[in-house]
Amino acid sequence: MSTPILEVRDLIKVYPAATAVAGISFSVPAGICFGLLGPNGAGKTTTIEIMEGILPPSSGEVRYRGEALGGRFREEAGILFQKTALQDFLTVRQCISLFRGLYDHGLTVDEVLRLCALEKLAGRDNRKLSGGQQQRLLLAIALVNDPDVLFLDEPTTGLDPQARRNFWELVQSIKAQRKTIILTTHYMEEAELLCDEIVILDHGRIVAQGPPRRLLREHFAQVLLELPRQDFPAAARALPLNILESSDRIEISTDDLEATLRTLLAAQVSLSHLRIRPANLEDLFLELTGTELRS
Amino acid sequence: MMHRLLAVLHARNLEFLRDRSTLIFTLLLPVMLVIGMGFVFGGPERPLFKVGVLAPHIDRAAHPFLRERYVEFIALPEEQAALQKVRHQQVDLLVNLRDPPRYWVNTDSPKGYIVEKLLLAAVPAASRQPVNGPALRYVDWLFPGILGMNMMFSCLFGVGYVVLRYRKSGFLKRLYATPLNAFEFLSAQVLSRLGLILFVTVVLYAGIGAIIGFHNAGNTLLLLLLAVVGALSMIALGLTIAARFASEELVGGLLNLLTWPMMLLSGIWFSLEGSPRWVQWVAHVFPLTHVLDAARAVMLDGAGLAQIAPHLLFLGATALAFLAFGAWSFRWRID
Repeated sequence: MSTPILEVRDLIKVYPAATAVAGISFSVPAGICFGLLGPNGAGKTTTIEIMEGILPPSSGEVRYRGEALGGRFREEAGILFQKTALQDFLTVRQCISLFRGLYDHGLTVDEVLRLCALEKLAGRDNRKLSGGQQQRLLLAIALVNDPDVLFLDEPTTGLDPQARRNFWELVQSIKAQRKTIILTTHYMEEAELLCDEIVILDHGRIVAQGPPRRLLREHFAQVLLELPRQDFPAAARALPLNILESSDRIEISTDDLEATLRTLLAAQVSLSHLRIRPANLEDLFLELTGTELRS
Repeated sequence: MMHRLLAVLHARNLEFLRDRSTLIFTLLLPVMLVIGMGFVFGGPERPLFKVGVLAPHIDRAAHPFLRERYVEFIALPEEQAALQKVRHQQVDLLVNLRDPPRYWVNTDSPKGYIVEKLLLAAVPAASRQPVNGPALRYVDWLFPGILGMNMMFSCLFGVGYVVLRYRKSGFLKRLYATPLNAFEFLSAQVLSRLGLILFVTVVLYAGIGAIIGFHNAGNTLLLLLLAVVGALSMIALGLTIAARFASEELVGGLLNLLTWPMMLLSGIWFSLEGSPRWVQWVAHVFPLTHVLDAARAVMLDGAGLAQIAPHLLFLGATALAFLAFGAWSFRWRID
């Protein structure tokens, strides 16, 4: 494993009404896409904003290349917040140009426009962009300083599926340049596609940490059987199976498919609507916390 | 550091210049005010005689003349300043009632002629000192007030609401994630607004001055220096209000709390001479009072740098104090 570019040590953030982050530690190796996953209110945004140097922690620290966050970090980090408004009346090019002027080094405005496929929109008022275009502009702004570490806080929330896929392609092209990406998301598909390593947060604590495939291997057998809840009689809950319940379905994880199917048939469970699929991060979260990720 | 400041300054200027409705309003409001006020108040003065008394304060019991009805007596301790008022017909007569009694009257002033008769009826032995000079029109006196008022609103609301809007929209938070620091950001806002205010003030000064036929008695560069220092003081005052808060209602209330007393007490519309001492003391806390006193001294009386230096020092010191406080208490984000 390469030297960590970011280290989070014993981080705690307490607000008057709640504890958002309850003592977490992890390190981020350089050149990977690192995911912070969790449902709304899990502490993802608080954690990433402390890592970005925007919020002060109640205790604990974040170190960038072994040092406390400071001037070097601000020069070398690119940030895309969950929600950012830009100055009124400025065109796409002028918005990028403004932020480029705030850094000593970086890409040219034209390079950034090209990188984020914004050339045709360069002269448009930033307020007249669609949701996907707006996110591409904010990503372009996060890239103006050619950052070594890029923070993306729920970058595709609210985008339509096509815009989301376009954004993922952009992030993959940035990832290919071996930049470190810190991503928060509650879209498991996004995390599975982009992240090399993840931390799953719940109630401000880490409930799982590691590469997604390894975590799935560790927590799940090879397949999941999915049944509608109404097809699963109450008596069947007593069966010697690894059963996970969600609001509308029953999931059974198993490494012996035939034996499990025989048990279900013997218990007269209808298999007409049975689906068999491999486990994913959504299942992992359900397994670890007992709640659905997007609850 | 400079390239960051310039980047923010350039973007803010672009934003303002493209906001056509605000730009037009900024230019039109003072023009309309001057023309309107000139029209309303440009006629004859109120039918009230104003007599300056060379004394530190007025003691009505000291002399029968000071008990005359329909005459407003104003204490004028400085003889040279008092004589200037007679020349401009800002007072109808100036009197020194100590022995031997003397008075100064502007031979071009019709009201001076009448109030002179009143004085001679009460003090026949008073010796006459004639003074000449054209009457100062109300619109000439009002002109610096309107320029100053426009400057005040532009400084306080222009900067205050812009910073508040940036904070509420999250734009400030985004800037905070860059190497930009509070001093660079605030300096860019101050310079952007200062440039705009100077431009508008110069346009208004030249344009309206030509319309009303105004001639500056003093040095125009000194006026420009005064405009720069005065605007800096008021912009910095606006920044202190906008430095921390995120509520439009609160910031609007605080800005109104500042602007209304300045509107009424800084001498935009009428002179505070003759008003109670505590009112004058309160008025001199406001930067606008110093801007207007100094501007009128230069524009109407031809005052030089030495005469308005105390005003410039007050404005410079308050600009630094407000800016330091604003930078110290500045918040990039809403907690």
